[in-house]
Amino acid sequence: MKKENTSLLRRDSFQTLLSSLVCVLGGLIVGYLVLLFIEPRGASEAIFAVMKSFFRYPGSLKLKYFGQTLVRSVPLLMCALSVLFAYKVGMFNIGVAGQYVAGACAALYAALAWNLPWYLCLILAMAAGAVLGAAAGFLKTQCNVNVVISGIMLNWIMLYLTNLLLGTVKSPTSPYTKSLQGTNPGALLPNLGMGRFFNNERSVTIAIPLAVIMAVLIWVVLNKTKFGYELKATGNNYNAARYAGMRENRNIILTMMIAGALAGMGAGLLYLTGIEEWETTIASVPAMGFNGIAVAFLGGLSPLGSILSAFFIQYITFGGGNVDLQVYCSQISSLISSLIIYLCAFVAFFKFYIQARIRRNDEKKAAEAKEGGEG
Amino acid sequence: MVLLLQYTLIFASVLMLVALGGCFAERSGVINIGLEGIMVIGALGGAMVLKFLPVTVGTPVMVLSTVVVSALFGSLFSLFLAVAAINFKADQTITGTAMNMLATAGATVAVKAMNTAASGGNDVSSEIAYTQTKDLLLVRFGGFEFNWFMPVAILCLVVSYVVLYKSRFGLRLRACGEHPQAADSVGINVYKMRYAGVLISGLLGGLGGIVYITASVSVWKFENGVSGFGFLALAVMIFGGWHPIKIALASLLFGFCRALGNVYSGFAFLTALNVPSVVYNMLPYIISLIVLAFTSKKSRAPKAEGIPYDKGSR
Repeated sequence: MKKENTSLLRRDSFQTLLSSLVCVLGGLIVGYLVLLFIEPRGASEAIFAVMKSFFRYPGSLKLKYFGQTLVRSVPLLMCALSVLFAYKVGMFNIGVAGQYVAGACAALYAALAWNLPWYLCLILAMAAGAVLGAAAGFLKTQCNVNVVISGIMLNWIMLYLTNLLLGTVKSPTSPYTKSLQGTNPGALLPNLGMGRFFNNERSVTIAIPLAVIMAVLIWVVLNKTKFGYELKATGNNYNAARYAGMRENRNIILTMMIAGALAGMGAGLLYLTGIEEWETTIASVPAMGFNGIAVAFLGGLSPLGSILSAFFIQYITFGGGNVDLQVYCSQISSLISSLIIYLCAFVAFFKFYIQARIRRNDEKKAAEAKEGGEG
Repeated sequence: MVLLLQYTLIFASVLMLVALGGCFAERSGVINIGLEGIMVIGALGGAMVLKFLPVTVGTPVMVLSTVVVSALFGSLFSLFLAVAAINFKADQTITGTAMNMLATAGATVAVKAMNTAASGGNDVSSEIAYTQTKDLLLVRFGGFEFNWFMPVAILCLVVSYVVLYKSRFGLRLRACGEHPQAADSVGINVYKMRYAGVLISGLLGGLGGIVYITASVSVWKFENGVSGFGFLALAVMIFGGWHPIKIALASLLFGFCRALGNVYSGFAFLTALNVPSVVYNMLPYIISLIVLAFTSKKSRAPKAEGIPYDKGSR
């Protein structure tokens, strides 16, 4: 093998990383243009405020916000894992938002109405997500309903159901559910003293290592097990997998169930830290699930890449709150992340372009070498 | 009862317009998941017209200009899908999803920037109000509010049917959704046809957006998008078997379910049931899931939808 064949640019993972960086850069540039358009005077300052995120704050606050960013990256990562896991079997799991809502509903209801300890709340959250995921999978395999459509319908049904159910455990004075700390501290995830490193931020809990462990676990399942192999085979060619004797319908339902459980667990890992309560009058499906889609694609559909991209998306989302709200609005960061996903749709094209260039170079070199030999 | 009829008709108009839009895109071979986002952008364009045109312009000018501007906004936004899906052969589902997020985020940023600038930083809401100008769109017959968008929707239905089934263009469009290679072999430009399909879907989707936000309220908060209506329209399209007339009938059914949520409190026997109001909010989504579960098995989508057309492939 010649040296060029192992060069960095030829590696698939590096091509993915490069394309993701191009997407991020594109998103930031367009975001900056939008800021310029709104008000040119403070635009540079604003985009740097978004990019600096929690680094803008002095020492102790910086650590506190760093901790909070990590805490909020956890559900994003879990939703991304859910999306990419389902995507491997060829399902576009847009229902991740509803599965996330189901998880939040189960976790908070179990904690506030039944006073269950955290691990049972978390298991119930996973179960609720799994049921919703399995429903979408079942509708696909048995009734041929498009997963995207059924997912969206389930999202809205779940949102209204959750508002109804959690409305029974909301605090009497606000639209939010009662705080876990005051009602049932046993439902809070243990933090094993990790808050110490983040300026005593209470919400830094075992959720963070747990999410990373799940990412590694999903990577192992996908790449090192027979089940993972079958999933990928079904996703690549449904009929071929079927003729090879894989039980494709069972695999699809099982995959959607696992995907749902991951999203539900993500919700549990956020709401059981007590960092925020559920707002029972919310009128639209939380963006968390949809952002999970962004994270998954930005991470190149790899569980380990998703760890990085989840942190990054949360990082700029937090940064969005930094802009001068008298002039700009914090949604600029959702605009940037949605632009990033839009650009992610072109990743296949970027990669194709890089590969085509490499191939052309190779051919040129081969031709030159041949000519040289003849002469 | 009159109110129920009124809301059924107006919501059915919205669903029909947007579903017809989806129909044009899919018949040409492009899945348009981004209809939801197209509705938001169309609504934004229309709401701007309603906000900035003075009440004195009169009904015809007002109706015409909202229709034109929202359709224009919708089709401009649909270019995002057309460029990605047709020229760059990108995954249509991801592109559509991104467009939905982009539309809500973009509209929120735009409206907030507008409100913030207009009020010097006091009003940072994402709302546009069009209370007075909206009256121009309505004609009252007793309790029934006739909306000028209703005949517009019916006109779109008739035109869509004629274009899809009685014109050369429609035949070519449908061919590109069924077997683009065959269409290409007889000299039809598949890329052009697909562009046309997507742009028409943007036009109808944008129009549906403005009809939706003026259907029952006169203030719209753009942070909320259009609450899944674009996806309901996709369900209507599938249930209607990608055929304009059946789509119109399906949208009446779904429009009725949605209208119930608005007016159920006016019916003594419905309030006596004592069902929480969220159940009525869930109703259209539940019904559409059930309907899809029973009808999807034998539904026949355009054969080549969702597959990027590549001249070189066989």
